Amino acid sequence: MSNTVRLLAFAGARDVLGASELVFPLDAPCTAEELLHHVCSRFPALVPYRRSIRVAVNGAYAGPDEEVRSGDEVALIPPVAGG
Amino acid sequence: MSATRIRREALSLDEVIQIVARPEAGAIATFLGVVRNMNDGRAVSLLEYEAYGTMAEAELQRILEELEREIPGVRVAATHRIGALHVGDVAVACAASAPHRGEAFRACRELIDRIKARLPIWKREHGPDGPYWVGWEDARCTPDHGEHEHHAHAHHAHDEKR
Repeated sequence: MSNTVRLLAFAGARDVLGASELVFPLDAPCTAEELLHHVCSRFPALVPYRRSIRVAVNGAYAGPDEEVRSGDEVALIPPVAGG
Repeated sequence: MSATRIRREALSLDEVIQIVARPEAGAIATFLGVVRNMNDGRAVSLLEYEAYGTMAEAELQRILEELEREIPGVRVAATHRIGALHVGDVAVACAASAPHRGEAFRACRELIDRIKARLPIWKREHGPDGPYWVGWEDARCTPDHGEHEHHAHAHHAHDEKR
């Protein structure tokens, strides 16, 4: 059985992915930055927005070098606009 | 931690004031963010707010704890509304108490600034040109453009609630 993460996408990022949630394969443990790279490879329409997207792992912002493991909940966080 | 702070129901300023009020606090500063009728020169009739709910709750909790740690004697509280909001509706309510007004104003200002910078909440504007996510197209860059830090665009465009 292959390793996967639960990938959540919100707002504009969800529109690009066409889904609010999907199961994303994880060949090996990688960093948050690398995972975003993999997601952009699978969804090239996301590439222009890549530098504005933050990654959250299990409900907290992740630094670029934070490790992502199988079973994690990973979220793509476009520029936030609360308030 | 009490009931959910990110919610669909109308917000009450009294609620956040009550949370921070206490005998040692001689000052309570408050802030309300309200949906206004224009953004970037466009008419706005409806804003649809959505949140990554579990993370928004957790991030708000982290912000509240940070501020109470950073500014001695301060207590802070906030709630944020999601769902369909119309012009005049309160989107966010903040309160900060402190022994004196300087710390109360400062904590309230920091609170709303951190909420706007960090809570995973988005809004879709509905105006004459159809719906769009606020801040999303501003975020578009040339691929591998390099010099922009994460999120560098998010702060300038929409300060409509002040």
